[in-house]
Amino acid sequence: MGTQSNTIYKAGLLAFALTLFAACGSTSDTEEMPEPVESEPPPAVTSGADDNPGPTAEEMAMEAALATTVFYFDFDVAEFKAEDRETLTYHAQDLAGDPGRRIRLEGHADERGTREYNLALGERRANGILNYLIVNGASRGQIEVVSYGEERPAQMGQGESAYAMNRRVEIVAQ
Amino acid sequence: MKLSRLLCAFVLFAAPVIAWAELSIQITQGVDDPIPIAVVPFRTEGLAFGAADVAEIVANDLEQVGEFTALGRENLLSMPSGEGEVFFRDWQVLAQDYLLVGQVSASPGSQLVRVQYEFFDVNRELRLVGEVLSGNISQLRDIGHEIANVVYEQVTGTRGAFTTQILYVVAGTSATGAEEFRLEKADYDGARPQVLLRSREPIMSPNWSPDGREVAYVSFETNLPRIYIQNIASGQRRQITNYSGINSSPVFSPDGSRLAMVLSRDGSPDIYVQDLRSNELRRVTDHPAIDTEPSWTPDGRSIVFMSDRTGQPQIYQIEVGASSFDVERLTYDCFQCAKARFLPDGVNLIHVRRETRQSPTYQIAIINIESLRVITLTDTSLDESPSLAPNGSMILYATKHQGRGVLDAVSIDGMVKFRLPSTEGDVREPAWSPFLD
Repeated sequence: MGTQSNTIYKAGLLAFALTLFAACGSTSDTEEMPEPVESEPPPAVTSGADDNPGPTAEEMAMEAALATTVFYFDFDVAEFKAEDRETLTYHAQDLAGDPGRRIRLEGHADERGTREYNLALGERRANGILNYLIVNGASRGQIEVVSYGEERPAQMGQGESAYAMNRRVEIVAQ
Repeated sequence: MKLSRLLCAFVLFAAPVIAWAELSIQITQGVDDPIPIAVVPFRTEGLAFGAADVAEIVANDLEQVGEFTALGRENLLSMPSGEGEVFFRDWQVLAQDYLLVGQVSASPGSQLVRVQYEFFDVNRELRLVGEVLSGNISQLRDIGHEIANVVYEQVTGTRGAFTTQILYVVAGTSATGAEEFRLEKADYDGARPQVLLRSREPIMSPNWSPDGREVAYVSFETNLPRIYIQNIASGQRRQITNYSGINSSPVFSPDGSRLAMVLSRDGSPDIYVQDLRSNELRRVTDHPAIDTEPSWTPDGRSIVFMSDRTGQPQIYQIEVGASSFDVERLTYDCFQCAKARFLPDGVNLIHVRRETRQSPTYQIAIINIESLRVITLTDTSLDESPSLAPNGSMILYATKHQGRGVLDAVSIDGMVKFRLPSTEGDVREPAWSPFLD
């Protein structure tokens, strides 16, 4: 897994590995681990008005990332998706830059499997994100973790489309 | 008010449109060769119109557990109410094995009723038992269940569970249309539901104390899962835990002195036991994987639990006080086995089973941990939260029917099934009471 040393992506891989480590024992469904995606740097945006600089590309990317507060998971998988790493990095930087900010990570599962196990799975998912945020600069005291298991589905009903919406971690501002 | 409530309980079978999550039983599968029994309408004297029909309550009880078939009232040849009026040949002609007769009398203007019943073995032409019970008119339903207990025990040799109760959680809608969670209690057959706790936040894992007086459960009312114990009669309650992380799965020890639970305060969910008198907390398991769903072995010395330490949920057992390395694995032959508890024999283990990775269906099963023989009792696909009747005859569990959470019951041999559909909300996590008398 960790042998692609040439394709190191920022500090992310370290955190990613840490997340994996934290979640070891959760290798329940041997769905392939998502390959770290080589994500392109955000395209540079040039503002037309010379004397009105406007938000930088970085600021815009940050704003977009912070607007994303729900992260979805594959079935029986506790690790967040590789494509969410950049977004979560922005969330971590935002927390690091504003020590007074508090968030809650709410973990959820779909209804398959027993309720108590799903309660634990929801926590495992939220903890994966918690660890990633901390490794990227947030402090533990800023983040509260709570799992609702399968008790608060985002979408009612049976079937993969509902289940996919229910396997999630939500970042809730406090 | 009381009378109309009782009346409702009967109208239910014809028109199940009743407020709240009133449950009514549907028999979905019975035994091949049920025992024929004639339950003659009890003669009534001085009873107000609309009072509970005791004979009907008894007949319904006996039919619901699937082992009996009650003779239709239209087929009765005579209507005896006491031994002097019984002619066994009448009942032999009707191919009935057993006969129950009785009378209910009330003094004018009084709420007190007197119920006298007699129970006969038709083939041996023998009176097996007779008794006089008295109580308030509002207790006729309880009296009916008590008579059913006696009949059931006379015929099967097993104590009847018709006077027991159930707890369950409903995710429903409040009177103002908001989402709400309710902890409810009802008779074993779903009649007379009562709300014990109402909350905007989830309620989970109700568990009876062995004396039937208290319920332990998890409530998210503070926005965090915490364990509470509530006195059922008084409604008085106390918060038991406030540890960081998950506080869940409270289960009373067989002697009621300790509470097994799951806490993730040390990183990952592990099993703990709290002494309810000293509040001393003892850690039982210690593993970075998920350990949850504790239940006590019948002797109260060990705890059975689920762990995904090998990657998928499997059942394990550990003695309380033993080293956390001293864990015995009990299941191997399923993709996932969870939510286990022993039958009183300490050998057969009720659990939720997902057989293979390919088929994501969850069913209620029993594994004999010595012979490793498995009996799968249910055939629906999202079955969970099995709870055993105190006489060991049936398992109540939660499943989905037409997209909604309902409670089903199955006999321990898989032969008999009945359903308690609800009229409102999603019903889940049933807990069958101990014997309450």
